[in-house]
This record gives sequence, C-alpha cells and structure tokens, in this order.
Amino acid sequence: MSNALHLSVPEGLPFIDYEREFDHPVAEVFRAHADPDLFARWIGPRGLSTRVERYECRSGGTFRFIQHGDDGVEYAFRGVFHTVRPAELVLQTFEYEGYPDVVTLESMRFEDLPGGRCRLTGRSVYPSLEARERYLADGMEGGITEGYERLDELLAEQVPAT
Amino acid sequence: MADDDELLDRAFAALADPARRRIVARLSRGPATVNELAEPFAITKQAVSKHIQVLESAGLVTRTRDAQRRPVHLNPARLEELTSWIDRYRLVKEAQYRSLDAVLRTTNQQE
Repeated sequence: MSNALHLSVPEGLPFIDYEREFDHPVAEVFRAHADPDLFARWIGPRGLSTRVERYECRSGGTFRFIQHGDDGVEYAFRGVFHTVRPAELVLQTFEYEGYPDVVTLESMRFEDLPGGRCRLTGRSVYPSLEARERYLADGMEGGITEGYERLDELLAEQVPAT
Repeated sequence: MADDDELLDRAFAALADPARRRIVARLSRGPATVNELAEPFAITKQAVSKHIQVLESAGLVTRTRDAQRRPVHLNPARLEELTSWIDRYRLVKEAQYRSLDAVLRTTNQQE
C-alpha cells in the first residue's frame, strides 16, 4: 500500500504543487533526498538508471546527474541548492539540459507527523506557463506505452454491465 | 460513429507520430490554421493537412467552418480520455515516490 500523491496544476499560474506523506520519520525521508547514492536509487523514472556526477545537498551546493536507458540515450539535469535546512527545507533550481535556460525553482518542505511519519510538500515554479505545458507535453513522448497499459486497465474496468 | 475501442485505437495510433504530437502540443495553447501549424515545423502544408485529417478522424481535433480560416481546435476531452499530460506527470511522480518508499524500507532495515 502506498500513500496518495496530491497534485495540482493551477490554471493560469506556472506552478505544479504536490503533497505526499511517508510512513517514515522526517530525518530518513530527508536523507533519501540529500544522500547522492540513495537519491539515485529512487529518482527514476523506471527503465532509466541514474548516474550522479555531483550532488552537494547543502546551501550553495550544486548537482548534476545523468539518466540513460537501454537505448543509450542520455538525459542530463543540473541545478543549484539555494537553501538546505536538514529535515526541513530544500530550495533549489532544476534544469533539464535538453531545454537549456528553462530553469524551474523547486521547493520541498519536510514536516514531522506523529507516529514516525512525515509529509513532503513541494512546488515547482516554471519560468512561464508555456514552459510548464512543454514539460508536461513532452512527458507524453515516452508515455505512449504506459498509456496503453493504463488504457487496458481502464477498458477492463469498463466492461459493459450486460 | 465508431465505437469507443476503435476511437481509442485511432487516437493512440495518431499520437504515435512525433509530428502529430507536436501539432497537438501546439494546439494545446490555442486554435491555429494549417498555415500557422506548418510554419514552425519544416513540413509542407499538405503534410500538415494529412496529419490533421488523421487527428480529426481520431477525434483529437476539430475544424470549424470559418470560411477561409478554418482553424483547427484541440478536443481536450478526447485527449484526457487517453492519458492526459498531467496524468503522465502524476504517474512518473507516483512511481518515483513508490521507489522512495522502497528505498526507505531498505535503509530502515539496515539500521
């Protein structure tokens, strides 16, 4: 079982907001974001492996990581950690090198919850609405196969009740 | 009218082509004429018209009978039925956090 991801894409504002809870203490969830080896293990997406070139998760630090699939095509990402307060806040820039100069500002807030759980609240701020749409649209490029899989599920649910 | 399965198949086939995905991405920002659509892509008006016919028969776009201009409109409802862009983003993000859950479970065991 996994916790639900709450996602919102406000109309007319170049943001994406999200919220997700974890059944683990805030320190561990933060560490999985801050430690390069752990980060590389989950940042995904599935089917791509991640090689971290540089990852200094502290105020003023920089990062660059490269993802590649079986086809050998590489996707590189880089940015700067503006403010990092352990187990509380990461404020950073993020850029896909394939779209040079389209830099998003990412904020992630980590919040302690009772019972050794925590909540992560994030916002991605895009330089323009157009940039946000482009990011979302290009997500579809690789999404056709998964789209089919989802479609199969959808159709399976919609078997006529006759 | 074709049944739902057939329409969905057509829509996916239509979107399997990168040029048509670019046209759809452009139309997501507002209606455009064939001329306007041909401009940014290094393809002829005839090629764009063909792509639009394919998208139209898949129900992804519509053309208004606006005499000369005949702008092409995206049919967002149809697109959302397939796998909307935001859903795709959501899928990636959800998969990512499920991986994070898995990583957290292993680090927990090591301690």
